[in-house]
Amino acid sequence: MLSHALLLSAVLFVIGTLGVIIRRNAIIIFLCIELQLNAVNLAFVALSRYTGIEGQLFVFFVMTVAAAEAAVGLAIIISIFRHYKTVDVDKFNLLKW
Amino acid sequence: MTEIFFILFAVVALGGAVGVVISRTPIASLLFMVATLASVAGIYVLFEAHFLAAIQVLVYAGAIMVLFLFVIMLLNLGHDYRADLRFGLWSLLGFVVVGLTFGVLAQGFLDVGDTGFREDGAAVAAALDAAVQEQGVAGVIAEPLFTDYVVAFELMGLLLLVAIVAAVVLAKPRSRSGES
Repeated sequence: MLSHALLLSAVLFVIGTLGVIIRRNAIIIFLCIELQLNAVNLAFVALSRYTGIEGQLFVFFVMTVAAAEAAVGLAIIISIFRHYKTVDVDKFNLLKW
Repeated sequence: MTEIFFILFAVVALGGAVGVVISRTPIASLLFMVATLASVAGIYVLFEAHFLAAIQVLVYAGAIMVLFLFVIMLLNLGHDYRADLRFGLWSLLGFVVVGLTFGVLAQGFLDVGDTGFREDGAAVAAALDAAVQEQGVAGVIAEPLFTDYVVAFELMGLLLLVAIVAAVVLAKPRSRSGES
């Protein structure tokens, strides 16, 4: 079951990566980043069963950082939305050369 | 029995993940994400991480997803039914990156064996079960969290404080200078 869980975590991670690359909606991109974090958490938990409790501790920390990241990132999205009236990342072209 | 549940949870998690990427409306993406998170929590239970499974459902599927939902509803998204998927060169790039990443990850994961990267994996698992019997599912995590990793734990609290302040400052409507 361990190798299957790690494989599942790899597949979830690459689906998240695909979502970050091919979607334009900033909120969906954020959701896909959460999906990637969750895939890594799954790998941590699966391996922690056979290597000690530290893996679960790291999952705890990753979840806290993910919560902080979601709060700040969504605040940034709200702030950008106020300026551009859209969450389409192709429209955020202030730094484009 | 465990294998059946694992396959069930894995299928729901994968279907949810695909749904997050391909569904048109943000709300549908979000609900697919909740399904994925809940089934990953189920897999945590199969790996005897009961405390993390509860935290996953409460904090991730509960709090963080509700935060996303609030923002989607606050910005009144979901009315533009134009699919926001990128095609052409972008999707080609996406699949190349995905293929390479998956190749590297799978190569690392295939030689993991049944007990992790160490030979005494079964003994570690047995010791973990004994510790859970003695200290409880939360105690097993709490004991190293408040001894060996206490600095990281305190920094985590500081990070959350900074994040709260940053979120309030960023999301507040910008007042013109002199008005406030």
